[in-house]
Amino acid sequence: MSAPYLEIKGLKKTYNLKPILRGIDIVLDQGKCMALLGANGAGKTTLLRILACLTKHEAGTVRIDGLDIGQDVQQVRLLVGFVGHQPNLYDELTIIENLLFFGRMYSVKKARERAAVLLQRVGLARRSDERVGTLSRGQLQRLSLARALIHSPQLFLLDEPDAGLDDEGIELLEALIREHTEQGGTTLFTTHNFERAVKFSDQICMLSGGRVVYQQATTGLEAGGVRLAYQEALR
Amino acid sequence: MALAKKEATIEQRAAKDGANKQATRFPVASIILGSLSLIGMMVSILMIFLYAPMDAIQGNPQRIFYFHVPMAWLGMLGFVIVAIGGIGYLVKKDERWDWAARASAELGAFFITLALITGSIWGRTIWGTWWTWDARLTTTLILWFIYIGYLMLRSYMGRTSASARAGAVLAIIGIIDVPIIYESVNWWRTLHPTAQVGVQGALPPSVVLTLMVSLTTFTLLYSFLMIQLYQLQRAQTLAQQLRASIE
Amino acid sequence: MTFLLQVQAILWKDIRCELRSKQTWISMGLFALLVLVIFNFAFDLRVDNKAAIAPGALWVAFVFASLLGLGRTIAAEQEKGSMDRLMLCPVNRKAIYLAKLLGNILFITVVEVIALPIFAALFNVPLFTGELVPIVLLGTLGIATIGTLFSAIAAATQARELLLPILVFPLIVPVVIGAVRATGALMVSSINEPPWLGLMLAFDVIFLSVSLLTFEYVIEE
Repeated sequence: MSAPYLEIKGLKKTYNLKPILRGIDIVLDQGKCMALLGANGAGKTTLLRILACLTKHEAGTVRIDGLDIGQDVQQVRLLVGFVGHQPNLYDELTIIENLLFFGRMYSVKKARERAAVLLQRVGLARRSDERVGTLSRGQLQRLSLARALIHSPQLFLLDEPDAGLDDEGIELLEALIREHTEQGGTTLFTTHNFERAVKFSDQICMLSGGRVVYQQATTGLEAGGVRLAYQEALR
Repeated sequence: MALAKKEATIEQRAAKDGANKQATRFPVASIILGSLSLIGMMVSILMIFLYAPMDAIQGNPQRIFYFHVPMAWLGMLGFVIVAIGGIGYLVKKDERWDWAARASAELGAFFITLALITGSIWGRTIWGTWWTWDARLTTTLILWFIYIGYLMLRSYMGRTSASARAGAVLAIIGIIDVPIIYESVNWWRTLHPTAQVGVQGALPPSVVLTLMVSLTTFTLLYSFLMIQLYQLQRAQTLAQQLRASIE
Repeated sequence: MTFLLQVQAILWKDIRCELRSKQTWISMGLFALLVLVIFNFAFDLRVDNKAAIAPGALWVAFVFASLLGLGRTIAAEQEKGSMDRLMLCPVNRKAIYLAKLLGNILFITVVEVIALPIFAALFNVPLFTGELVPIVLLGTLGIATIGTLFSAIAAATQARELLLPILVFPLIVPVVIGAVRATGALMVSSINEPPWLGLMLAFDVIFLSVSLLTFEYVIEE
């Protein structure tokens, strides 16, 4: 039994002396997809930001593909693709300039070809010379997905990626996650939508008050059951 | 929801136990330093006004020297401690180093303000002006600004780790910069020598002795106050922690 | 990707963004000119005391304009208050500092290049190239080195426009003294002038090193 791809043990984080994460334990194997549920303020975004190496934890360990997030930070950043609440793009640059810049930051070889493929995939190929500042919210979200995938990450992290997407966008999201999984990648995303959580993922994890209160594989689960379990766990 | 509530009370209890243990420990260091400072202060004042000789040129106002020099010394020392606290925090990531840094910053700022005031008064008695741009006084003024900048920065950024790190970097840059500032102002002043605030020439042994006693006393006072302010920083952090865990 | 390539990529990105938004350069340039004009009114410039005031006026204009620019360039990196888009990337944090530093030096230098001929015209002072270049370069480097580091610190606070000058001014005193005196020495040669350029060079080297070492503590969350 090989070691899990993502291993979080006893993770703690406070912000402004207020405890946000009070000891998180999560295990995720390679090629699996986990959905993270929880009320606002439960710590989902903070957890994802720690995994994306945007902020440091205070206690506990995080191992991604055997690398320790505290010691091998730059190597971990290379493995992770992150889609957050902000599009994380430069408004004054064009779509293609944005992707090429991030391609350079991640040392992507043949960045132009990769960017072209991704833009085609997310449906923005015809707009590649437009400034990002002119894009709509849905288009920004699609471009953000392309940006996160430019360096072919192993771990795909998405923080409420379904917010702001229309039905077509949600289909694209689901397809991208599926393709990522088929290529052996691991995914962790947060959502408020129980149906989507059950449909897209292999495992469900619920956070409440900075702790994991429910963890379950989704095979055979249905959204209604999950909702009940969620309300139970909160009580 | 219930889960979260239970955690809050457990943590509150743990924090209170920790705080109580500290509170019940007898403040030996404080009492020793406090009494030594008190005795030292009485001895110093006696020596300054009765034992030290009267300056031939400046007269009695020269005695401000015995207050001004230790205060300026503490202002400098204070900032060195802020820098050491900052480095300690960056290396060890233990917030106690930061408590020491903040305590020393408040204390040092206080003493450097007094140093400026006594220096200004002294200059007034010798030269008739409230301010001269001599090298020492000017550098003291700039150090005062750096202190104020530090206190403002820490105040704006609150009690976060980002605040502690920013303060540490400011203190490190500041402490390296102060000697350079002093030299540059010195060079500038040699081109336009102005009134110098200070004592010239070799100092008789009674003056040196009085100065040493005064310096020692003030340093003891500083240590005593440091402990109090450090404990205050600790208490403020704990209070904020408790408040945050309840919300 | 090597370190220098990372610096270059970020610098290029910043320059392109700034050229398209046009926010910083124009206001910096105009501000420098305004300060010079105000100095003209504030000080009664008869022929004899011009040499005494002109270097000071010039460097005050440069310092104030620099502070405007320093605040803006780091603010431009923030997207609704966070620098996530850059911090996500596995780029060396020292490279980020160097890129921001070079960008700031570039902006300040452009302002200086525009302001100097105008300064020469307004104050009727002979424009002396050659010897002025090292002074301006070392002075600008000194201001930018400290300024870039502290603009990253102040960026996290609400009152960043107020806090940045308060933090930076006391620390750049040696550079300002040196630059003003050295510029003045060009206009009116004096004997026994201390080695101001040496002081500024030492300042720049020391604080460039310290800033490189401490920047990552300031920029990481």
